[in-house]
Parts: sequence; structure tokens; C-alpha cells
Amino acid sequence: MLTFIFKRIFEAIPTLLILITVSFFLMHSAPGSPFSSERSLPPEVLANINAKYHLDEPVINQFFYYLGGILQGDLGPSFRYKDFTINELVAQSLPVSAEIGIWSFIIAVVIGVSCGIYAALRQNSLVDYFVMAFANIGIVLPNFVLAPLCILFFSIYLKWLPAGGWNDGAWPYLVMPVIAMSTSYIAQIARITRGSMIETMHSNFIRTARAKGLPAYRIILQHALRPTMLPVISYLGPAFVGIITGSVIVDVYFGTGGIGQHFINGALNRDYSMVMGVTILVGSLTILFNAVVDILYAVIDPKIRY
Amino acid sequence: MNLKKTLLASALLSVAFGAVQTQAADVPAGVKLADVQELVRGGGAEPATLDPQKVEGTPGSHRTRELFEGLYNLDGDGNLTPGVATSYTTNADNTVYTFNLRKDAKWSNGEPVTAHDFVFGFQRAVDPVTASAYAWYVEIPSIVNASKIINSKADVKSLGVKAVNDYTFEVTLERPVPYFVKMTSHQTLFPAPRKTIEKYGDEWVKPGNMVSNGAYKLDSWIVNEKMEMVRNDQYWNNDKTVINKVTFLPLENDSADLKRYEAGEVDITWNLPSDHFKRLKKESPNEVIITPQLGTYYYQFNTQVEPYNNPAVRKALSFAINRDVITKYVTGVGEQPAYSFTPSIVNGFDPETPAYATMTQKEREAEAKKLLQSAGYDKNNPLTFNLLYNTNDGHKRIAIAIASMWKKTLGVEVTLENQEWKTYLETKKAGDFQVARAGWIGDYNEASTMLDLLTSTHGNNDGKYSNTEYDRLLNEAKTMQNPASNYNKAEEIAINQDMAVAPIYTYVTKRMKKPYVGGYQPNPEDNIYTRDMYIIAH
Repeated sequence: MLTFIFKRIFEAIPTLLILITVSFFLMHSAPGSPFSSERSLPPEVLANINAKYHLDEPVINQFFYYLGGILQGDLGPSFRYKDFTINELVAQSLPVSAEIGIWSFIIAVVIGVSCGIYAALRQNSLVDYFVMAFANIGIVLPNFVLAPLCILFFSIYLKWLPAGGWNDGAWPYLVMPVIAMSTSYIAQIARITRGSMIETMHSNFIRTARAKGLPAYRIILQHALRPTMLPVISYLGPAFVGIITGSVIVDVYFGTGGIGQHFINGALNRDYSMVMGVTILVGSLTILFNAVVDILYAVIDPKIRY
Repeated sequence: MNLKKTLLASALLSVAFGAVQTQAADVPAGVKLADVQELVRGGGAEPATLDPQKVEGTPGSHRTRELFEGLYNLDGDGNLTPGVATSYTTNADNTVYTFNLRKDAKWSNGEPVTAHDFVFGFQRAVDPVTASAYAWYVEIPSIVNASKIINSKADVKSLGVKAVNDYTFEVTLERPVPYFVKMTSHQTLFPAPRKTIEKYGDEWVKPGNMVSNGAYKLDSWIVNEKMEMVRNDQYWNNDKTVINKVTFLPLENDSADLKRYEAGEVDITWNLPSDHFKRLKKESPNEVIITPQLGTYYYQFNTQVEPYNNPAVRKALSFAINRDVITKYVTGVGEQPAYSFTPSIVNGFDPETPAYATMTQKEREAEAKKLLQSAGYDKNNPLTFNLLYNTNDGHKRIAIAIASMWKKTLGVEVTLENQEWKTYLETKKAGDFQVARAGWIGDYNEASTMLDLLTSTHGNNDGKYSNTEYDRLLNEAKTMQNPASNYNKAEEIAINQDMAVAPIYTYVTKRMKKPYVGGYQPNPEDNIYTRDMYIIAH
């Protein structure tokens, strides 16, 4: 297992390097610059700004400056939020998205897996149809519709919850972002769990267990649950990264100050270092959680060994 | 009255005026104030910076105006009101301005605001090390050596500013610029706290480090969540301030802004979504505030490519736009149809109505057909082109409406082309367009803020319109005490004669404001100060 972990770390370095290189040059090849605006700057003013950010140097030099910075843990200054570095912005916004994300993840897994198993065990019953209908609605209902609907209902009509803000994660501020964030994940997890459970329940070892006269709860908990979870876990790895790195919709509608909106706004503003920062962050987390998924596989499935 | 006397009179007038009029919350008798004086404002996009010398964009200006104060302020009508300066005098040829500063102006750490802070602020704005995107703002009034310093051809200390003593600040201009004092209300020319900036470097604007001289001081800033400011008890006019705390929420999305307002979490929105205008106007007519803004929405012609180098084609396209339909049915929140480039609300200049504006739309359309035919185009040989705009639903609706007007009246075949913001800017800059959507909001309340845009060498003249006489008139206007006649001639040339651009409508600011917020003073430049406001008991 240790060898496996070291191997994954060793593989991660070239993967990240390729990711950084491709993203850097793609970003720099986009038309416009961080400082192009409707009010175009006099050339002498623009020259001073470009010099300050090394943008007057060849792109290859900028790339090596950037790599040098990363090696020292410095993601560079933000071109858009000039008073802040990317490190500061990530440090401020990632915990917000992570908190919303972790709650959403826990809720999505608990509700999604429970609903999926329940529906699978009552396949083609009313409950099954209800769960699947909910799952399909959850998948097709985009959160840019769900978020304003939540605000309209809970904040404007019922006046139960604040329409936005974060206030250090006080619970009333968490509820709606978590609903908006988790709904589609609940739906996806319920669908995958249901499909996997149905497949497992039809397999030979379950038939054997039934033939031996084991009670239903033991068949499910001891024998069916583990193999059912395998496809769910391979979905959860990348889903976890997606959920804790936030959503632009949640950030924009609920004004939480999370990291989600930096993905889109970074690209639109040509905030090169912001785009690179979030790319590296998501890239690293994806590699990390894929490795975690692989390890969990080995724990759950005795056939898999590293 | 000769020039000198006029200048002296105007200077004395401002001094006298300033002595009685200051900006502060003016609570009418009988109004009962709420116990909690806290205001939450929708603040538009998160500003790039709070450093006054570096701020760009209105969201940043709104916030820095709360935190800092320059020599003078502008009231709702664009008139000067005293800030740190109480009066000023000028020399005979109007090139040396001497400002007398109040002795009770203090930074939030209790230290006095002196002429040295203004010297440092002005120098920072042009210093290449600061790399301010607004450095050009100091070039406009032609402060001595500003351009040379920005170009790294002179030392920053050679800038034409001087602290005669702690409370006398002197600015020397290379040529007389009549509107210079008005320009001092802009944040680029605010004072800067040298000790704090030298101590913290770029970090000086962070909460805990920042020292400011406005009615409020920075308390906290969580990017994309909120910025909180509390009353600065060192502010010279603090006794007249009523609101104790102001919070700006960075709500770039109009719909999110409105939802927070409707949920009672925002007292004044930044904007309001046009789609909701009719509903809001019906449900809460007293809360919808529409104010004409100093800015024009227009279509730009690339005058370097055929056939848009032909004024007849430009005029035909402009005449065929039914501006009443656009403002009434497409934008529909009180925008005014624009026929001249400078909005009529600009201070000190009332543009003459151009001839084509006095015609009926039918007459304009008939004339448009004739003009386009004279250029060799008709329904059998239609003019075809791409209309470029930046991706946005509002721009799209306007483009569809205008394209159909052109098609119906002139048989013109238009392909709509939308591009993401920065790509669109780059395309326009490269001159790779035929007709493009554009808009311009004035930087200061004077007609040159609009008209300069069409001079040959202006960096934002993307259509590359060029007319020597126009350039001469605008250049001459810079040193004239009353340049209105030049501005009228310039409008006549650029619009009535050449139709360099097709003005479509004058912008408006549109906001929702709770009825319990008093003292809100809307104005064309959107200079809104929380220190003027108060919360009525409700």
C-alpha cells in the first residue's frame, strides 16, 4: 500500500506540471489582457502596469517566473483584485466553499444512498417511482433555478432564512446554499446506488445467501452493501472535489464569498494567476481524491490489492 | 468684464458658496430617526482595489468616496462643495491654483491632513511605480510634468504640486484648464497617508492597516461577501454624520441584488433588472429611483473601412434607428433617446438639438433611404455587415431591434455577432469590425469627458473618426472659460455633419431604495455619499 501511495505521488508531479503548462499557455493565448478595458489606457500608463506585473516580458519568461513562485508556494498577485494575492483569496474563499461542500456532501451521501437502496429494494413500486422521479428532477433542475426559487420561498415569502451572506458560516446562512448545492448530487447518488443495488441483488452470491436462509437485513448490510458502494465511490471521488470547490451560482446568488465564482470570473477577467491558482487547486484535489478512491476500493473489495 | 475679473469672480463665488454649503446629512425637522443607524448598500462588482490613486470603475469610486475626501466635492447638481479645501485662489493666467486647507481635517488615526498628503497623493498617481490605470487623469488638467513622469522622463518630485506650508497646497498647470477644481473631487486626486503607505506597502489598504480621511473608515473586507465601514470619529464634519455603519455587498448580479432587497437585507440596490422594472414600478413606485446618467449608449462605425467611411451610409443607418421604440419598448426604464453625443444633463453645456432630431421618424427614414441609395445601396443591392456587441441580453435585444429596423427601412442585411467582453474589446481595438455597440460614461461633469472621445488621437476612438476642425475645436476648448460654442460646433461636425457614431440613448442609473432611507441625493455623476443619508424610524 505504501508503495502504491508513493507511486501515486510520483505520478502526480508530471501530471500537475503538464496541467500547469497547458493552462498557462492557453490562458495567455486568449484574446485581451487583464488590463484591457472599455476605457483603453494610454500606452505609457499601460506600459507601467505591464512592467509591474512582468507582462512586458516574453511569455516563456513569465512562465518560469510563475513556476518559480509555485515552488515557493506563491500563486502570485491577483490581476483583478489588486489588493490581494491569490494565496490570500484562496485562503479566504476555500474554507467557505469547503464548509458548504462538506455539509452538502454528507447530506447528499446519506440521503442519496438511503433513497437509492430503498428504491432498489422496492423496485418498480410507487416508492421507487417517486424516488426516481425526484432524482430525475434533481438532475435536470439547474441550481441557477433552484437558488432563486429557494430565496423567493424561504426568504421573501416565509422570511425564515437570510437571502444571502455568510457571517462566518452561521447555520441560517448555510441552509439554502447546502440545499442548492446538494440537490443534484443527492439525485445522482440515488440513481447510481439504485442501479448498483439492483445489479448486486441479482448476483449469485446474494442468491446463495438467500438460499442459506439469512435474514434480509444481514444480506443487505453484510453482503450487498459493499459491492453496491463501489460505483458510488468512484463517482464520489471527483464529486467531492467538485462539491468542496463550490459553485459560481451558489456564490453569486447567496453572496457567500466562496471560491466557486473565481473559476468563471478569473477566466472572464483574464486574471491569469487566479485561473492558474484554481486550476492547480482543483487538479491537485482531483489527483488526491482519485487516489483516496483507489485506496477505498482496496479496503472495500478484497479482490483489489495494490 | 475681462478674463481676469471673471476668474476672480468665479473663484470668490466658490469661496463664498463653500463657506455656507457643505455636504452632510440634513435631517428635516420632525423626522424621527431610527435607533439603529446602519445602512446596507448593494455595491455592484467587487472593486479591484480601495487605493484611491489606483481605483477604476464606479463600484470602487463609490467606496473610496466614503473612506476618503479630496480638496472639493461635487453636490447633486455638479456644483463644488468644500472638502479638505475651504477656498482657493488662482493666478492671473489661471495656471497656478492655491488651495487653503482646513486645519481640522484629520486622518482616522488622529493625525492632521496636510498639504504634504496631497503632494504625496498627486505624486503617487503619476508615479510609474504605482502603475495607476488612472494616471492619465492627472494628464488631463496638464499638471506640470505629469506626462513626462508617467513616461519615466522626469522625476516624480518634479510634478507641479507644492506644499507652501502645512495648510496651503499649490498646483501648477502647463495651460489653464477651467474645470480643474471640479476634477479634484475624483479619487485619483485624493490625499494619501504617506507614513501608513511607507509602513505597509501595497498592504496599506487592508482593514487594520488603512488610514483614511473620509466620513467612514474601513472595518472589514471579505472579498465577494461584504465590506464594512464604520464612522470615522476624526472626520472634520463627523458631528453632521448620522449613519454609524455602512456595509457594501458586492452583488454584481442584479437579480441577486434585488432578491436581497426584497428580503429586507439591502436598503439601496446597485441596479435593478430591467425585466422587473414594470412590476416594481407598479408594486413599489416610491422605491424605484431612476436618474439620468452622464453617459451615452451608441453604435460605432469603423470609419476606416468602406462603405462606413462614407458619411451618407453612417447617416442612413443612424436615421433609420427609431430611438423612441428602443427607449420605450426595448430598454424601457426611462432612458432618453439620444441624438447628440453629449447628454444634455452635462453641467455648463446644453447641446443644441441637431437638425435630424427635429424631423419625424418617417422623415428620417425617407431621408435614410435616399442617403443609402446615393451611396449605391438599395433593396436589390443590399448593404450587408456584422453588428458586433459584447455578450449580454440587453445588448442583444437592442441589436435585434435595430437590425430589424435597418432591414425593414433600408433592406440592410445584418448579422449579429456577440463576443465575450475581453475578446470584444480586443476586436474593436484591432479595428476588426464594421459596426459595433459602444457606451461611455463621463469621468467628470464637463462636456469634454464625452467629446474628447471622438478626437483623432483618443485611445478609445475605435472607429478612428478623424476631423481636423473637430480636433482643433476641442483643443481650443480646453483653455476657454466658456467653451460651449466650441462644443456646439464640435457636435455639429461629428454628429449632424459626419455621424461619426450613432447615439442611441442616454444612460440612467436605476435603483431601489427603501422609503426609510432619507437624504439620498441622486445625481448624473452618481456621486452618492452615505454621510448625506439617515435612517428614518420605521
